[in-house]
Amino acid sequence: MTAVTFGAGGRLGRVGASFRANWSLLWADRLGRAGLLLLAIVFFAALLGPILLPFDPTAVGHSAADLLQPPSATAWLGTDEMGRQVIWETIAGARTSLVVGLVATAISMVVGTFIGLTAGYSRGTMGEGLMRVTDFFLVIPTLPLTIVLAALLGQSLGIIILVIGLTSWPATARIVRSQVLSLRERQFIVRIQSLGATDLRTVGIHILPNVLPLVFANTVLVIAGSILAEATLAFLGLGDPANVSWGTMLHFAFQSGAAGRGAWWYIIPPGLGIVVTVLAFTLVGHSLDRILNPRLRNR
Amino acid sequence: MRIPRPGYLARKLAGVAATLFAVITFNFLLFRILPGDPIRLLARAGNLSPEAIDRLRQAFGLDQSLPVQYVLYLRNLATGELGTSLTYRRPVVQILAERMENTLILLAAATVIVVVLGVLFGVIAAARRGTRLDSGTVLTSLIFWSLPTFWVGLIFVFLLGVYFPAFPISGMTTPGATYATPFDAFWDVGRHLVLPTLTLALVDVGQFILITRSSLVDVLTEDYMLTAKAKGLSRRRVIWRHGVPNAMLPIVTATALYVSLIVGGTIQVETVFSYPGMGRLMYDAVLRRDYPVLEASFLLFAIVVIFANFASDLLYRVLDPRVRNA
Repeated sequence: MTAVTFGAGGRLGRVGASFRANWSLLWADRLGRAGLLLLAIVFFAALLGPILLPFDPTAVGHSAADLLQPPSATAWLGTDEMGRQVIWETIAGARTSLVVGLVATAISMVVGTFIGLTAGYSRGTMGEGLMRVTDFFLVIPTLPLTIVLAALLGQSLGIIILVIGLTSWPATARIVRSQVLSLRERQFIVRIQSLGATDLRTVGIHILPNVLPLVFANTVLVIAGSILAEATLAFLGLGDPANVSWGTMLHFAFQSGAAGRGAWWYIIPPGLGIVVTVLAFTLVGHSLDRILNPRLRNR
Repeated sequence: MRIPRPGYLARKLAGVAATLFAVITFNFLLFRILPGDPIRLLARAGNLSPEAIDRLRQAFGLDQSLPVQYVLYLRNLATGELGTSLTYRRPVVQILAERMENTLILLAAATVIVVVLGVLFGVIAAARRGTRLDSGTVLTSLIFWSLPTFWVGLIFVFLLGVYFPAFPISGMTTPGATYATPFDAFWDVGRHLVLPTLTLALVDVGQFILITRSSLVDVLTEDYMLTAKAKGLSRRRVIWRHGVPNAMLPIVTATALYVSLIVGGTIQVETVFSYPGMGRLMYDAVLRRDYPVLEASFLLFAIVVIFANFASDLLYRVLDPRVRNA
């Protein structure tokens, strides 16, 4: 095990070096590699799908004979209750899922890391208070909260991203804080402080790089959670109606009673899209966690 | 097993009260500060005359300042006044009272299955760490964790609704059924509970298996496990008698995450199977923009989670002799 992730005096350059080492560890891990390969497929579909297969996913059918039809030579995965082709909708849905998952996670990470760093580094009431707020949001059940926020704020993709991002940070804040609490007492931090480094410099240059690997492993898992959250909100009718996503597809499938009518081609593809994407991020996050978390190594 | 000292209990209860108060305040702010005029939402029409809007404002106390509204809100809550549903035209409290019980039945049934199967498979995987059985269990758990609950429900609706109608796929009782004995009624509800419970348990058991496994793997490396082995105890006794009780603490701590997860699962499962509980109520409230119901059901879900966490705190206390007397 050569990867140095918590080495003393961790600087950004060292993080880069350890990143490469961790990358090869990730590739060596069977579950991690499976996750990376699945991710490649999903990203390929999201980036190149609409270019290689330039069909309009929202084009509706022209006659009753086009509605909710099983797979055929013209519609490879059948049609939905509006006569749209399930295959084009499913490919278009990959893009929505990835955008929501990545941007919401970015928001969550920035907020969570900032609050975790502040709460861990500042002693006294400030840190205490921030942790109380974090614990409070950890207790509030996430799905009901996102439902209420999305219902009150409206249903555009931007709002959905914001709602998911702003409800998923507490776990990150806790992880970062507990890491900072132990780093704060370590020799190299105490020495740097006694040399006269400002708090901002201590946190930004010496503590943050040492916290980042754990944040990174957590990030990948938060992406998986955010994609699930978007799909669930959209399924419950809180998706952006102007955007095709796997969740909105399943919402319309449910509303039109596709499951009871035996329209498996309308239920399976979008659901499989969600499962494959979420599983890919989960597998990568799970093995990153094992690689980067020294306590879990060699398990 | 000693009972926690009253001082501890009082402190914990004070904490619960503080959190409850925070949740109530949060709920108040959420529904009054966020965009959306409550009167417009109430009337569900944009073309009210200014006089009518003023009358409604007065009737609901919305012409008062925010602090006064807050006091009114607290007083209403204390007397169980949660407003009137816009779709059902009945007091929200009555509707919640009917639905709450159904949801608690579903949550309890699923939780029992999740805990039993989660601990069992988690222990088996940890005891055979590094084997095929272990990695297979971990992979299966990760796959289950990645399944969207509502989709698993839809698959069940599809399979049982179209191919093998072994269990009912909708509702909590057979519509129009009359029961000769209470046992028949019990049987009917039980059959309706099978699919929602199974869906909920299937998705949420994965995380439980993983937590149990990693917690027990930690414990198995402790010196006292070696001691137990050296005493000549059987492998089964070492794991179940000396390992598992020590591994329970992190599992109890993870309750908060679990409760939040399963509450979210209930909303999806009840929606898919038209189960008359809080979750379905919330879904209908979202579709019809029934804000009084939405507000009250959010508050109730939050309260359920707070009390579940309180219960897990007490359980932790009972399980861990080190904190028991602290």
